[in-house]
Amino acid sequence: MSSRALVLDRIRRALSDVPATDPPYDQAVPRDYVREHGARTPAQNVDLLAENLADYRAHVHRCGPEGLAELLARLLDEREARRVLLPAGLPRELLDAAAVEVLDDKTGLTAQELDGVDSVVTGCAVAVAETGTLVLDAGADQGTRRGTLVPDHHICLVRVPDQVVASVPRALELLAPTRPLTWISGPSATSDIELDRVEGVHGPRRLDVVLVRG
Amino acid sequence: MSGTFLGMPAFPEAARTSVHNPTLRANIRHATHTIRTKRAAAVAELDDWAELREAGKQIKEHTLRHLDRYLVQLEEAVTAAGGTVHWAADADEANRIVTELVRATGESEVVKVKSMATQEIGLNEALEAAGIAAYETDLAELIVQLGEDRPSHILVPAIHRNRGEIRDIFRREMGRWGRAAPDGLSDEPAQLAEAARLHLREKFLRAKVAVSGANFMVAETGTLVVVESEGNGRMCLTLPETLISVAGIEKVVPTWRDLEVFLQTLPRSSTAERMNPYTSMWTGTTPGDGPRNFHLVLLDNGRTDTLADEVGRQALRCIRCSACLNVCPVYERAGGHAYGSVYPGPIGAILSPQLRGTQSEIDASLPYASSLCGACYDVCPVAIDIPEVLVHLREQVAEQPGHRLERAAMGAAAKAFDHPSVLAAGQRLASLTRRLHPSKLPGPGRAWSESRDLPAFPAESFRTWFKRQERRKREEGTR
Ligand code: SF4
Repeated sequence: MSSRALVLDRIRRALSDVPATDPPYDQAVPRDYVREHGARTPAQNVDLLAENLADYRAHVHRCGPEGLAELLARLLDEREARRVLLPAGLPRELLDAAAVEVLDDKTGLTAQELDGVDSVVTGCAVAVAETGTLVLDAGADQGTRRGTLVPDHHICLVRVPDQVVASVPRALELLAPTRPLTWISGPSATSDIELDRVEGVHGPRRLDVVLVRG
Repeated sequence: MSGTFLGMPAFPEAARTSVHNPTLRANIRHATHTIRTKRAAAVAELDDWAELREAGKQIKEHTLRHLDRYLVQLEEAVTAAGGTVHWAADADEANRIVTELVRATGESEVVKVKSMATQEIGLNEALEAAGIAAYETDLAELIVQLGEDRPSHILVPAIHRNRGEIRDIFRREMGRWGRAAPDGLSDEPAQLAEAARLHLREKFLRAKVAVSGANFMVAETGTLVVVESEGNGRMCLTLPETLISVAGIEKVVPTWRDLEVFLQTLPRSSTAERMNPYTSMWTGTTPGDGPRNFHLVLLDNGRTDTLADEVGRQALRCIRCSACLNVCPVYERAGGHAYGSVYPGPIGAILSPQLRGTQSEIDASLPYASSLCGACYDVCPVAIDIPEVLVHLREQVAEQPGHRLERAAMGAAAKAFDHPSVLAAGQRLASLTRRLHPSKLPGPGRAWSESRDLPAFPAESFRTWFKRQERRKREEGTR
């Protein structure tokens, strides 16, 4: 017997007490929890997102489309960033005001090459207000997963209020499981030393989030 | 399970050692108390916590009751998305599969994301025997690996180490494994994290093969989910060319939508965060992004035996949040190592004896490693009634030939207690084993925890529970 057949057979024998009339999935799982906690306007969701992001030590900025290039230049300059990764789906003009070398990931940078990149600027798929979370789905304005991981500084643009949802259930409704997804809540952190949270391990240690009024 | 734990003394003996190690007790007490308060606050933020908990419980329960169907569905979805699914009946087979997969890549080292399943099967040791170096990349796992130590907590395997000890381990050992610790490394957590970052980065950048576990697997889509904090998970899941994920068969959930429950309950229960810093979800392979080869190894290793027990089955609902460890008065004093398993604490006390059977001394004594106070049940995000399963397992142990129950109780009395009045209580317990139905016994764990200074658990809830059990027994007896 193959191990597959063996394991499935063991499972079926273990479940001999389960009747054929066992309630189907839809009836077996009560969904009495709420889709979102509290009633907020879109603007209030943006505020809550900003608050929760800041609570986990992300740096939150707000601006309109007109001030974006200037803000990005300032943020990159503060970090003394020289090499910046910009996914193909974001306009090159965004970095016009910054004195940096702009790389796109079209050629598929290796991990070692990415290690020499100072900052990465991306968009996101959706942002979750209640948890202060950005979700990336490898869309054209976000690039590959490694691109937002290896550089030590990530600037993520969120179009508000369009891209902000209230809650985790709302976010999952909008996301496609077929795409690789990365949920980001603040800069990398660990609770491994005495169960206390410390920011900054392997992922980007600085996370700037720009809430761009659309 | 892992050979690391072979020859472990029974729980009472092992616990006694920890109780007399003041540094260990202080470390665990400090860490668990910190997280306890924070967890309560994170949970209180959600006014529908009870409903989320009930949904989580029922999703898992339903999945277990139809596990064959959901595993087949998962296999189809993963395969359709470009992954390869392997089935492993036991630890040896899982280790063999992973070893062969690594060998086929021609590589002799792998990076690992923290995974309970691979600890359970002793994968690192198996790979080492095959000449393959496995590098743990989770900070706490790194501390354990460098310190040639054993994990003592599900979430924070190095919880028994304080910052000073961690600094010493890093200074002493990092150089032997790769990049040495920076000169003048202090015991500041931020500096320790930085040292780990520097040490591991070169390993991530050159890694060709990674091994991970999975927190959830979605049957309808074939999606795997890994929940983490540091970014080492993302490194392992996206940089290498080959990814091998080893996951227990109970990790499957039916639908994508089910994640909306667990992504709310897991982070709050485990690290007391609204959301953990990073969660990765992937479905098979994606051209141009992440590993080109993806293998999923589905692990039984005693899970189907657990599934066959109608009372004990609920232990398979566990999402490994570790909340039950953090509130447990027995864990707090005994420490994780006393449980003789990669699964310590209340969940370990019901999972290990079911996965491994109750033949060994340590496994026969684990169902007694509890005061039955019920705090673990109260915090469990999937509502596993751990006290119920403990009592059930005590009955099973008592029915075994060889008076194992008596030995467990006697062992506790003679070795765990050094206070005369407590010893008397232990002896009373031991003599009771001869006459009474064993399920009525509170067990050595209870007397032991009562003898110590801080009974931080609600005594009342235990009494209520105990009365209910007695009533149930009486009613059954008169039927
Ligand atoms: S038994 Fe419950 S509380 Fe304990 S680790 Fe598992 S899910 Fe968490």
